[in-house]
Amino acid sequence: MPPLLEVKDLHTEFRTGAGLVRAVDGISYTVEAGETVAIVGESGSGKSVSALSVLRLIPDPPGRITQGEIRFAGRDIMQLSDVEMREIRGGDIGMVFQEPMTSLNPVLTIGRQITETLEQHRGMDRYAAHRRAAELLGLVGIADTERRLRQYPHQLSGGMRQRIMIAIALACDPKLIIADEPTTALDVTIQAQILELMKDLTRRLHVALIIITHNLGVVARYANRVNVMYAGRLVETGLAPDVYHNPRHPYTQALLRSVPRLDRPRRERLDPVEGQPPDLTRLGVGCAFSPRCPFSVDACEQARPALEPTGVPGHLAACFRSREVYSEAAA
Amino acid sequence: MSAIGRPLLEVKDLRMHFPITEGMVTRRLVGEVKAVDGIDFAVRRGETLGLVGESGCGKTTTGRCILRLNNPTSGQILYEGVDIAQMERKELQALRRRVQVIFQDPYSSLNPRMKVGDIIAEPIKVHGIETDGTKRAARVRELLSVCGLSPRFSDRYPHEMSGGQRQRVGIARALALNPEFIVCDEAVSALDVSIQAQVVNLLEDLREQFGLTYLFIAHDLSVVRHLCQRVAVMYLGRIVELADSDELFGNPLHPYTQALLAAVPVPDPSVEAHRTFRPVQGEVPSPINPPPGCVFHPRCPIAVAGCKQTRPALREVRPGHFVACSEIH
Repeated sequence: MPPLLEVKDLHTEFRTGAGLVRAVDGISYTVEAGETVAIVGESGSGKSVSALSVLRLIPDPPGRITQGEIRFAGRDIMQLSDVEMREIRGGDIGMVFQEPMTSLNPVLTIGRQITETLEQHRGMDRYAAHRRAAELLGLVGIADTERRLRQYPHQLSGGMRQRIMIAIALACDPKLIIADEPTTALDVTIQAQILELMKDLTRRLHVALIIITHNLGVVARYANRVNVMYAGRLVETGLAPDVYHNPRHPYTQALLRSVPRLDRPRRERLDPVEGQPPDLTRLGVGCAFSPRCPFSVDACEQARPALEPTGVPGHLAACFRSREVYSEAAA
Repeated sequence: MSAIGRPLLEVKDLRMHFPITEGMVTRRLVGEVKAVDGIDFAVRRGETLGLVGESGCGKTTTGRCILRLNNPTSGQILYEGVDIAQMERKELQALRRRVQVIFQDPYSSLNPRMKVGDIIAEPIKVHGIETDGTKRAARVRELLSVCGLSPRFSDRYPHEMSGGQRQRVGIARALALNPEFIVCDEAVSALDVSIQAQVVNLLEDLREQFGLTYLFIAHDLSVVRHLCQRVAVMYLGRIVELADSDELFGNPLHPYTQALLAAVPVPDPSVEAHRTFRPVQGEVPSPINPPPGCVFHPRCPIAVAGCKQTRPALREVRPGHFVACSEIH
């Protein structure tokens, strides 16, 4: 059976004052039905663009998908008309964004924002939509549903708003939810509640989830598979335990080593990833990470390594020296 | 406990209540936001004290009161025995040489129209420390290199730099007056993971090199454990627990501290797979109408009837370990 989502050789570019930015520069990945895939990377690594491209939500201009194939549930997303695309967004693919205050409409009641989705996508009448909206609020753990449906976004807390966003994303029984930093704006105890809720619901309803985050702990707790991005490219992908325990790309390895951990004794000093993030308008021909890479050799500056199998099923890395990275870690 | 003498900074029963008014002309007082509601702590010379908690717990307001960016409603902030809360303008100006701040957001805390060199030189100029331009420029170059930046950044504008580099500029500016005490308000929170560790190491190096004392305000508990000798946990304007860092993270006693620590996911899928985890229920109540008694009781798993009536005081339950909970003995 083909995967639920298949992205092949995707290129998304932005024309900026400083020059052409290849925000996503030839990435391929898949998402199976019901699984949770995390996309990690730093600001500017292309993690959001790689997922928003799937929804064709790239503002044009300045952005444009210049190349690539996106297949979702057997359909070619790139060939769909705008009308068909609108049916998919919020229909088969739900979305949860970082800032629930700006992604909810401030002048519509919570109830209206949920029923609007249901009327648009599922052709429900007002009464059926209202009943379903109340049911959805219960599903995302909001009590006192009738009162909440009459309220406006500003009357709710940040955690509550994010629950509403999840309810809207789930409204039309989607097959896939794309969550872009869904808990970054929330406090840690609320973050935990929202993530547990998303995990519980996606498992129970068998919804696949793409979660975009920079928090390595969140990935470890919730993701089945991980895509690590750097400078617009996928540098490593695999099952979460494989990537975390045996990273094959020096960037992944350095990133994991740089974070202080509460479950380990305190270290004297942290091991940072040295250097600065790359300037995307001035990338050379070589590997974008090589200026910061302790494993870098001459070959790394002459060509970009392709994503290649490491020998472990499903685990791929884009590094000429991934074998050395692995054995250094084992030593 | 170490033999460090009198604390550098002592905060006593500090309160910061912000009025809520109604009406554009009469401004009737209709309530108060009790951002900080009676806290006590001390910072010893040479240590880093962590102040942690979720948004709205009052940690930033506490820092702003110490800097006198807010005028506290009541209480004392003793800096080497002198009350900052009562200082007049002249004294405050002198204080600012000794007490500095590093802000969270390296994008909005640097003037975009000023060159980096001028940003760092400004405090030196304002306080009349170095009137000679050439010497001032030399001092700026020195500060840049202390913070790990090449002196040529002096002629750049903030927008030409990355987030990590800008934060180093913010640190250089804080160091310009040779302060002894620095309030770091979420100083590494806005940085990317790979850059965060660089800046954490820099802050540690500077503390050693210049004998600095930090109040490190943050919400990221793993960074706080790494940097701080002692940690105070705040909830809804109050300190609920205060202890040595190892003790607090190894043996958290307050139910809120325990919930906070449990909520932090560890970057290791195998560890996470074996952790049983139930997030603490409910949300932080409004500081306008805080619950009576212990402010945590509506969310607390071990609350008893008495918690709704009496506000627990911060008590020393073990040497150096303070907890505000009537159920912990």
